[in-house]
Amino acid sequence: METVTATEGADPVLLRFEEVSKVYPLPAGDVIALDRVSLTVERGEFIAIMGPSGSGKTTLLNLIGCLDVPSSGRLVINSRDVAELSDDELTFLRRDTIGFIFQHFNLIPLLSVLENVEYPLILKCRDRAGCGQTPQMALRAAGLDDERLYTHKPNELSGGQQQRVAIARALVNDPSLLLCDEPTGNLDQKTGKAIMDLLTEMNRNGKTIIMVTHDLGVAGYATRQIQIVDGRIMEDTG
Amino acid sequence: MSLIFFDFARRNLQRNLFRSLLAVVGIVIGVLAISTLGILGNSLTLSVTESLSTVGDSLTVIPHSGAGSQFGGATAQEKISERQVQDLRRVAGTNPVIPLYSTADRIEVGTQKGVISIYAMDPDDMPQLVTVEKGIYVRGNGGILAGTRAAEEFKLKVGSQVRFANGDTQRVVGILEERGIGFDIQPDFALIVPSRWYEDRNEVKGYDQVIIKVHNVDEVDALEKAIDERFNRRETVLDTFSSKEILSSIQDVFGQISTFTTAIGGISLVVAGISILNVMMMSVTERTKEIGILRSVGTLRNEVRKIFIYEALMLGLIGSVLGGLLSFGGGYLISLLILQTTEYLFDPTSLSSIALGMGFGIGTALLSGLYPAWKASNLNPIEALRFE
Repeated sequence: METVTATEGADPVLLRFEEVSKVYPLPAGDVIALDRVSLTVERGEFIAIMGPSGSGKTTLLNLIGCLDVPSSGRLVINSRDVAELSDDELTFLRRDTIGFIFQHFNLIPLLSVLENVEYPLILKCRDRAGCGQTPQMALRAAGLDDERLYTHKPNELSGGQQQRVAIARALVNDPSLLLCDEPTGNLDQKTGKAIMDLLTEMNRNGKTIIMVTHDLGVAGYATRQIQIVDGRIMEDTG
Repeated sequence: MSLIFFDFARRNLQRNLFRSLLAVVGIVIGVLAISTLGILGNSLTLSVTESLSTVGDSLTVIPHSGAGSQFGGATAQEKISERQVQDLRRVAGTNPVIPLYSTADRIEVGTQKGVISIYAMDPDDMPQLVTVEKGIYVRGNGGILAGTRAAEEFKLKVGSQVRFANGDTQRVVGILEERGIGFDIQPDFALIVPSRWYEDRNEVKGYDQVIIKVHNVDEVDALEKAIDERFNRRETVLDTFSSKEILSSIQDVFGQISTFTTAIGGISLVVAGISILNVMMMSVTERTKEIGILRSVGTLRNEVRKIFIYEALMLGLIGSVLGGLLSFGGGYLISLLILQTTEYLFDPTSLSSIALGMGFGIGTALLSGLYPAWKASNLNPIEALRFE
């Protein structure tokens, strides 16, 4: 299986938007979700993307996550222009370079906690022995030490525990970038804080984190804040 | 690696166990219908072939007649002359040539009266065409043989006296073995009388039919052709029918019936396929979000496709194996009910009906899974993730 980690570490720039637009054609007329956005993210940054609903922040996150491609402009992730990548190559890039953390955790209900974390590892390394990494290591790194929980199904866990499983899943393939979509949106304040502390620790350990949030308190954990309104960057503290 | 997708498929089928079971039942019924009807059609063909092939390979020669029936006697003007019989003997070489008269007469046995078919032939030729079960063959001019059904009908035994319409009487010297439907003569419902005795009492102008027993099956076609060249060069004088020819055309007909019944079974499999398609499409819709998650953590389109194809294959495989096993029972029952015998159930051709049914079962399931699998793999990951 192809991997795209070969170029990692060489370039301090992890991703670069050059005049990137994203337009959704609708019968009622085109919707411009992103309007000529230019942005550079270096390795090791912790960025909060903020903005009102419909401002284009999720679109930005989807483009960074290789779940979508720009309508125009150039988007380079890990020195690769996404416009030149096939669907499979985008999937490989996502699998090897990016870890997703969602507001609603998005764990697979069919799989146990351990299997949820193990799944991306199997996709990448083809067997359960993994590539040196084990799901248990990722779960412990995400602060889920109690091994009795590992055989449970996700819906048997609390919200905070589920989010830790999701973080472990995002970490298991040792990605250089963590993408978080409202990571504390579904958690109480105390659990939210614990998760944010965990993400801060991940960032200190070298992970680049890009996080979409409404919450100013949560955004305060980031070292760089970007405001988006109507598909354009209004403010960038970086 | 593929094991994990296989595992996904298995767990998903278990998650919707009742729905999966219904889809399996559909395939079971489809496979059962195809296999059972296939076995029935096949057993029918085998049983007919077996009862017909006892006739062996014979060539029946009758005078050409537009109006005459294929198996019945010819009209008074259309007979086979003694000279033609001599010519036929020359053409036939070492193969026995048996000329015979075929007619019907009113008879009386004791107080019972009725009409019966009569075949008149040389007593020396009789053993070639019929087998005596009780009593002896006819010697010289005395005595007649009675077919089993004729014997039952008129309560004939060895020694019974039969009175013919003109007042002559003959004694039954032998009762024949039952022969079933033949293409040359139908002795079961008939009396076999010596030809000399028949000629003495009737004004005969020629034979109604000549039967050539062919030693070597492969010679039948050549012999038929030789007869055609010898007699029918200017105009058609004699018609020939080989039992082989008729047998093969009857086999064709039964083969077609068998194909037709199997096709009817196929309809139920189509229905089962649609039910799998329906189940899988529901599954794709229900799991849209899950597919989005799988894609977001790095599952390839091709791998998503695999999950759904494995699901369809599992349904097909389980349904087909169960259906195949039940087909033995179904084939046994339907053979017993309709043919009153199950001896053809384990014939290789019957077993191949089960293999065919199972193959179609798996194929149908796979085919039904292709579109849902394609649809699942082509879902937009963003929209799939947003799906609630």
